[in-house]
Amino acid sequence: MSFPLFILGVLTVAGAVAAMTLRNLIHCVLSLAVSFVGVAMLFLRLGAEFVGFAQILVYVGAVAILIVFAILLTRSGGVEPKPFLNSQWWIGLAIAIAVFGSLAVAIVGSKDLTSVALAEKTAPVKQIGIELMTRYVLPLEVIGLLLTAAMLGAVIIAWQEGDRK
Amino acid sequence: MTELQAYLLIAALLFCVGLAGALTRRNAILVLVGIELMLNAANLNFIAFWRFNPNAAAIDGVMFVIFSIAIAAAEAAVGLALIIAIYRHYKTSNVDEVKELKG
Amino acid sequence: MSLTSLAAPILANADQFLVDGKHAVIAWLVHFLPVAWQDVITGGLSILLTIAPITIGFATLFALSTWLERKGLGRIQNRMGPNRVGLPFLPWKLYGLGQPMADGIKMLIKEDIVPRNADKVLHFIAPVALLVPAFLAFSVIPYGDGMVPINLDAGLLFFFAIGASTELLVFCAGWASRNKYALLGSMRAIAQMISYELPLIISTFSVIMAVGSLSLVAIVDAQAGGLAHWHVFTPWGIAGFILFFIASLAEANRSPFDIPEGESEIIAGHLIEYSGFKYALFFMAEYLGMFAMGGLAISLFLGGYHAPFAFLEGWVPGLVWFVGKLLVMIAMFIWVRGTMPRLRMDQLMNFAWKFMLPMSLLVVVAAGLWRFVGGGWVGWLICGGLIVAPYLALSRGLFKARHWAKREYRYAD
Repeated sequence: MSFPLFILGVLTVAGAVAAMTLRNLIHCVLSLAVSFVGVAMLFLRLGAEFVGFAQILVYVGAVAILIVFAILLTRSGGVEPKPFLNSQWWIGLAIAIAVFGSLAVAIVGSKDLTSVALAEKTAPVKQIGIELMTRYVLPLEVIGLLLTAAMLGAVIIAWQEGDRK
Repeated sequence: MTELQAYLLIAALLFCVGLAGALTRRNAILVLVGIELMLNAANLNFIAFWRFNPNAAAIDGVMFVIFSIAIAAAEAAVGLALIIAIYRHYKTSNVDEVKELKG
Repeated sequence: MSLTSLAAPILANADQFLVDGKHAVIAWLVHFLPVAWQDVITGGLSILLTIAPITIGFATLFALSTWLERKGLGRIQNRMGPNRVGLPFLPWKLYGLGQPMADGIKMLIKEDIVPRNADKVLHFIAPVALLVPAFLAFSVIPYGDGMVPINLDAGLLFFFAIGASTELLVFCAGWASRNKYALLGSMRAIAQMISYELPLIISTFSVIMAVGSLSLVAIVDAQAGGLAHWHVFTPWGIAGFILFFIASLAEANRSPFDIPEGESEIIAGHLIEYSGFKYALFFMAEYLGMFAMGGLAISLFLGGYHAPFAFLEGWVPGLVWFVGKLLVMIAMFIWVRGTMPRLRMDQLMNFAWKFMLPMSLLVVVAAGLWRFVGGGWVGWLICGGLIVAPYLALSRGLFKARHWAKREYRYAD
């Protein structure tokens, strides 16, 4: 593991841990944004330029803002009340640790992963565009439909009953 | 440890932090945040495997992540709308207190 | 290396004098170092000599444009503007050109007040972190032939991603102040930025479709060879440029879209609890955002660093054209600020969603048709009709939706 990768990994995971453990919800979202930026930087380091920028545009520019709005609309902007974990928190924690343990054993112990060679590679925007319009044209249409349906659904669900005149 | 294993370990750690948060926090918004983190970890795996794939022409990993980001955005919008609707009904966004099926 | 040999490559190619000059300076400086270090130092110096002029240049332009703006607004409002402060230790007043320097000193030595209830860490981080995206946005804009800091394959996407990341920092500033006006202002700013980001991005699609690349260098290169090749002189280009300009006014929080800061309504919005140098940082980030938007508009629609006529290319440096066009853009920003009244919040949202968004989508369709028809007067007729007819219909709709009524005052309970 090289040094820049180590720093980025620490930044990403520390942001995620802070997002999941801090008591102030706004602090949680801001550290979540740090974690998103860390993931975007990892994408850039891997040579996926387009995806890295899309990650920042969508996650930091839209999803984080959406979560901030939701926090302010549900009036949970201040500090969370003291037991900020739910009643079965120890089961959840045990499951997460077990999942990580099995994943880590599998990753570190795998022979195929250690024998992989490094190849210089990029994903040019032109190639992504051509693939989107040829091989992935059906998924693209489905995504368009899904986003429209999600937008309509979100508007209808969040609509206040009293507003419907 | 190879470079690929390092990326996979970071992704696994990110996934489990998200999982732990989604399973333990009381606030519904933070449960959603945990799910977003898990999606990000999956995306990181896709990109890492794409990068270390010996076939130079294949960009399926990148395409999957583009679609995954779009779906995550839709999921966040609908999920947060649901949380706001639930808050309006129960006056709480605590997952422990919302346990009745009947409104 | 003597001075004459240093100057020779600079004189050989006038257009490239800055690029050649940079390489000559590096070669001259590296000359003094031990051979083992030269490779490392050359790379570092090259990066430094790219970043430093951009940072210093745009910071100077910021200082100058505050003076220009105050002078210009003064002229529009029939007054003098700043005219007292001259250059230090010199007898001349130079039309108040020393004003930015005096302002800077004032901002630096002012007391830095942090509210007692404020989230002190975030209150400090917000203005400092806001400068990072503000400066990063300049890294993909081509300033001249071979003078782009990084030629990214997805440069335009990078620019928009950087622009989107400022929203969270604006919210951070408003929320950390623990002031309801600050929070209101930052929520307004976010709502406005998100609403106008859509037309801003969609209005660039036509250019992307015409050029077939997201790289700003490729986009500028496609406009080489005089006025006829500039994107602004096509039906979709002129419509796209106007939409882009309006949306960039909103993105940069400039008047008439300065509702988030409305001094007379919510007392400067998210800036209210900031004083001294932190306030100056916000101010600087706002102006830098304006310059970046202007630079992007130039690169996308106004031919970038290319000369308006083909015979001027090659010997007049591209940077001259770029800076000239940028100054024209800044003048337009100032002119709009001096002449337009501030919008109301509902007017702002109606305008974004009911006019800008449909129009920018139509421009994309028009750009596709232009390619299909192949330009010429047929193209002008079809694309022009496709843009003008919905424009008239939509603007009539906006006008009809206005409610002319006596204002009803509601008092707080």
